[in-house]
Amino acid sequence: MERGPGPDGARRALGCLLEAVLASRGEANAVFDILAVLQSEDSAEVLEAVRACGRLFAALLERGELFVGRLPSEDSVLAGSQGATRKYKVWMRHRYHSCCNSLRELLAHSSLEVKELALSTLMRFVQLEGGHPLEKPKWDGCYLFPHQLFKAVVEGLLSLEDDCSLLLSQFREYLEHDDIRYHTMQAATDIVVRVANRYPEVPLTFWNNAFTLLSAVSLPRQEGRTSSFYVKHAKLSQTWKVVHLKEHRKAFQLMWLGFLKHELPLGLYKKVLVIMHDSILPHLAQPSLMIDFLTRAYDMGGAISLLALNGLFILIHQHNLEYPDFYRKLYGLLDPSIFHVKYRARFFHLADLFLSSSHLPAYLVAAFAKRLSRLALTAPPEALLMVLPFICNLLRRHPACRVLVHHPLGHELDSDPYDPEEGNPAESRALESSLWELQALQQHYHPEVSQAASVINQALSVSEVSIAPLLELTAFEIFERNLKKKCQESVPLQFIPAQGLLGLQDDLCAQHFTLS
Amino acid sequence: MGKARLAAFRRKGSGAPAGAQSGRARPNPNPFEVKVNRQKFPVLGRKARHAVGQPGVSRARAVQKRTQTLLKEYKERDKSNIFTDKRFGEYSSSMSPEEKMMKRFALEQQRQHEKKSIYNLNEDEELTHYGQSLADIEKHNDIVDSDSDAEERGTLSAELTAAHFGGGGGLLHKKTLQQQGEDEEKPRSRKELIEELIAKSKQEKRERQAQREGALELTEKLDQDWKEIQTLLAHKTPKSENRDQKEKPKPDAYDMMVRELGFEMKAPPSNRMKTEEELAKEEQERLQKLEAARLRRMRGEDMGSDSRKPKHLSADDLNDNFVLDKDDRRLLSYTDGKMSVEEEQSREASDGESEEDHHEDPSDENVEESSDPDGHSDLDSDTETEEDCGRPDTEPRLAPQKRLANNGHKAREAARNELPYTFAAPESYEELKSLLSGKTMEEQLLVVERIKTCNHPSLAAGNKAKLEKLFGFLLEYVGDLATSDTPDLGVIDKLVVQLYNLCQMFPDSASNSIKFVLRDAMHEMEGSVEARGRVAFPGLDVLIYLKIAGMLFPTSDFWHPVTTPALVCMSQLLTKCPILSLHDVVKGLFVCCMFLDYVSLSRRFIPELVNFLLGILYIATPNKHGQGYTLVHPFRASGKNSELLLVSDEEDTATWQRTGLSLRWASGLKAQTKTEANHTRLSCLAVCVALVKHCALLYSSLPAFHDIMRPLRALLTEHLANRTHPPELQELCQSTLSMLTDMGKQSQRCRPLVCEKSKPVPLRLFTPRLVKVLEFGRKQGSSKEEQERKRLIHKHKREFKGAVREIRRDNQFLARMQLSETLERDAERKRKVKQLFNSLATQEGEWKALKRKKFKK
Repeated sequence: MERGPGPDGARRALGCLLEAVLASRGEANAVFDILAVLQSEDSAEVLEAVRACGRLFAALLERGELFVGRLPSEDSVLAGSQGATRKYKVWMRHRYHSCCNSLRELLAHSSLEVKELALSTLMRFVQLEGGHPLEKPKWDGCYLFPHQLFKAVVEGLLSLEDDCSLLLSQFREYLEHDDIRYHTMQAATDIVVRVANRYPEVPLTFWNNAFTLLSAVSLPRQEGRTSSFYVKHAKLSQTWKVVHLKEHRKAFQLMWLGFLKHELPLGLYKKVLVIMHDSILPHLAQPSLMIDFLTRAYDMGGAISLLALNGLFILIHQHNLEYPDFYRKLYGLLDPSIFHVKYRARFFHLADLFLSSSHLPAYLVAAFAKRLSRLALTAPPEALLMVLPFICNLLRRHPACRVLVHHPLGHELDSDPYDPEEGNPAESRALESSLWELQALQQHYHPEVSQAASVINQALSVSEVSIAPLLELTAFEIFERNLKKKCQESVPLQFIPAQGLLGLQDDLCAQHFTLS
Repeated sequence: MGKARLAAFRRKGSGAPAGAQSGRARPNPNPFEVKVNRQKFPVLGRKARHAVGQPGVSRARAVQKRTQTLLKEYKERDKSNIFTDKRFGEYSSSMSPEEKMMKRFALEQQRQHEKKSIYNLNEDEELTHYGQSLADIEKHNDIVDSDSDAEERGTLSAELTAAHFGGGGGLLHKKTLQQQGEDEEKPRSRKELIEELIAKSKQEKRERQAQREGALELTEKLDQDWKEIQTLLAHKTPKSENRDQKEKPKPDAYDMMVRELGFEMKAPPSNRMKTEEELAKEEQERLQKLEAARLRRMRGEDMGSDSRKPKHLSADDLNDNFVLDKDDRRLLSYTDGKMSVEEEQSREASDGESEEDHHEDPSDENVEESSDPDGHSDLDSDTETEEDCGRPDTEPRLAPQKRLANNGHKAREAARNELPYTFAAPESYEELKSLLSGKTMEEQLLVVERIKTCNHPSLAAGNKAKLEKLFGFLLEYVGDLATSDTPDLGVIDKLVVQLYNLCQMFPDSASNSIKFVLRDAMHEMEGSVEARGRVAFPGLDVLIYLKIAGMLFPTSDFWHPVTTPALVCMSQLLTKCPILSLHDVVKGLFVCCMFLDYVSLSRRFIPELVNFLLGILYIATPNKHGQGYTLVHPFRASGKNSELLLVSDEEDTATWQRTGLSLRWASGLKAQTKTEANHTRLSCLAVCVALVKHCALLYSSLPAFHDIMRPLRALLTEHLANRTHPPELQELCQSTLSMLTDMGKQSQRCRPLVCEKSKPVPLRLFTPRLVKVLEFGRKQGSSKEEQERKRLIHKHKREFKGAVREIRRDNQFLARMQLSETLERDAERKRKVKQLFNSLATQEGEWKALKRKKFKK
């Protein structure tokens, strides 16, 4: 084959070949030349080849020049004595097949441009093949979809080696369509099962890719919407599964359950749990099936437990889940790190919800209050500004717990009766104790914290303080607020004159540090 | 009340009724025509205006007035023509009848003189004088010598005027009549007459002149005589006079002294010089006062305005806590033509101006001296400018420096003397940097000092802003010095003093500069935290800034615009920055030291610090059990940095000496040898344990001391159990641990919390509002405008009522008039009808009589 230099030459050459193949069946062997370019090293040439293939097979599919039905092996047909047309069709179908395979391999190409073009070409094939099915319908009005081809596409997306997040974000556009979404869910379920079975140690990239794909699937909330199909059908039948949202939900549930069944890396656990309450639980056919996963996550401890709380809460609240020792576990979650983790706001929002019930026993609330105030001794100011009103709110809601801050008849004790090591709030003896920690925090260096802690000195006011605006408070906001606060008089000054960087004798810095 | 007031507002222009006044003045003899208004209670000294009323009189007056005005109008109601008297001043009440007459006459004359047409030039008008035609008078054909000198007083003699102006017709006539009587037979001509007149007047003039000269001569003679007598009277006076003419009399020295003493400005009584003890005492008192203020701020007693409560809650209080506690209106003033709103500024500026005049000379001298090649003059100029500076504390501090500079480096002195003595204040940071770079420490200090003195705010108006900027630039310079590879900590150390002095001069701008650098540092951290979730320890500059902030501003305040943000910043450093290297440990420990220095007076609790010390102890612990404590954020229980401070080399442990950590570690100093690194590790640990000890002392009074310190105690116990530390460190750990447990025991008496008893809310007492009556008879208790408004409203009401009454009475009067008119008309008609009937009857009677006569005939 004669080709000019550069992509322009390649395009011209490929254009000629394409026209020749489309013009007469006699030139069909030129297809091999086109397919050969797909394997080229130069990505520009590959791009041209992909475009050419796309045009070629799209035209052939539309003309119906591909063999329809169960595909016999190439050799047997060519050797047999069928008509030339049939032979041509079977042969062409085989070429089509090999083209699809090469495109599927191109999904792992190094250049993103090639990958994207391959994906869009394959999706175009899916569309055309759906419109002109290559298999014979079993009965009239039977739903036909190029399962094989589509599954291959999804498999290509869920690569084991490469991070396909960019490609997946392109694929997200196709997920708008009902049929694509449905078949993606099915295909993803299959692939996850197969990969997990095949490899003992599934690579992290696969899980990440799978999660990206799975989280991209979002079901409509309600059924009444007019369904949009990627593959155009003459008329929709109510007997098709694709049409019903219920089936979608089932597939969705199967997909997630199948995915979450496996041992996932911790980072992925967090990611799943973050979107759990918002985009997974509402779409499941039976949300209670998620209980296994959530309890397992809740038992894991640390930030994952905090995140699992949200999903559990939805199950308890909306799906009548009976969760024994829920509060005990919640109590167990309270450790010094909660003030430093990223999900602090979410945790305290939920904790506020859980503890808002007025039917909780006083010992439980007292244990929580005591525990939180004990932890507050290690908290940074931004967390303290949130947790101190939180504790005060607890005391307000449960007047029986006010003995923690106001116990006029109590006797002087030798030590704090509260047992911080005890896991069971009922036996922590919190009600016998007092919140001395808050008294200590009245000496906090930050004026606002000190004021917030001084609230317990007076009888608590009746109305609760909303902690919602305080949840997301960061130290930088506090810093800015302090800077912007105006001083009424002139700025007070230090009256001890400075004598150098480490001048003063009773300075700790001067004691422990030297300039040289 | 106001019964005599008539509807003057409707009918203006009528003259005041004379009858009314006369009626009022007349004593009324008839007791039945008098109405006595009874007074409720007599008030001494008050004149009762309407004690006695005369209803009859006033009614008569009202009726009279209405007849004059209203009735007239009524009668002329259908008349379209009105009679207007156009005579001059007819309706003007301000002119007296005589004046009116005069004016009218003048106008009449004027009208007569007016030309018929202004273009008719030839129209001769007759000029008159006293009604006499001037043309007639001109016929006298007189030539009068009108010497103006003659008329001294400006008045002409009667004859003369009569002759000149021909007027005085009366006079002429009189004269002619007289003369007619004298010599009828020889009537003199007019010319003769005039000449005679002139001669007469000339003679008169001459006589007068002679008289005057005589008087003058007499006075002169009298003066001469008096002088002669004067010489006899006093001998000395002429002598002194003569001397005066020649030379000034020499004042006696004694006299001068006396005069001087007499006129000398009396020195105001001044305070006596204070003794050293008194000065010390005063200083102590000042410090005590400052300390008391500091304590007050530490407790946050004057936090915000909410604590400023009004003492007394009135029953009229609106409960909105509104107290007008400060008049924050700005005073407007002008300084050299520019409007300045702030009082303080203007004061400063005017101060500067007034002092500028005083100090112009020294500054000029400065300039001259600077051009002077003589190098040693810097001492003089410096002392002079120091006087300007007026800060006593600069002198002793500067003196040793100078001495050091003068004595010490003779070789460098020449170079230093080449430094200019005046420096313009740098306008930008680069300018300052170029001034300071490449100079030795002493020179840099000297330059800064000179910039400060040359631009003292008392010298020129704009200097304040310049020095304020200088503070910011110096701060930046310090930051630059600290971030360089080999930080010049010595210079920073000395520059801090300058910064302190500048800060004392300009607290507001200094606080703003510090806030600015802190905000910069925090922004950097925030960006890093948001991007990567963690942030590395910042450079030495931020630490130095924090340290400087603590030195310039009081750290013990409950709330302070600079130190509170600085505390937040340090807290962020301790919680957000993970410890990745030995440098980070040193930096962190430095921050801890600063943190504890900040709260050393206020003894406030810092959770982050305890966490950090726990983490440091942890990374220095060899065999960890992890019992009884939990690490928090920047530290991790396991990981590559979890054994950063561990020293395994026993030799290094043995050779370790406890020394202070060098700040250079914080700025990227690399350990030369492994031994050195190990020694630094041990030093860090020692500092950490010492800080724990300090914390234990500081927080021993906190109620939750035991709970705060429990993790630290657990870790220290582990440390002790290992016995791998050098003995000194081991000892330190031991003492710290025992202190922790002891303190813990002391404060372990746990008393259950009890709320403060809230005071019962007192019932609101509706006490009457007592207002001081300042002036009787006035509406009280409101502002001036309110009073004025009330007065106007009252007046309007009164006037309105009066007007309504007057209108009613007018209507009654009119009705009465109409009725009487109708009655009159009816009577007239009846009369006429009767008359008609009469005449008819007479006619009829006559006719009948005639008829009867006829019949009879």
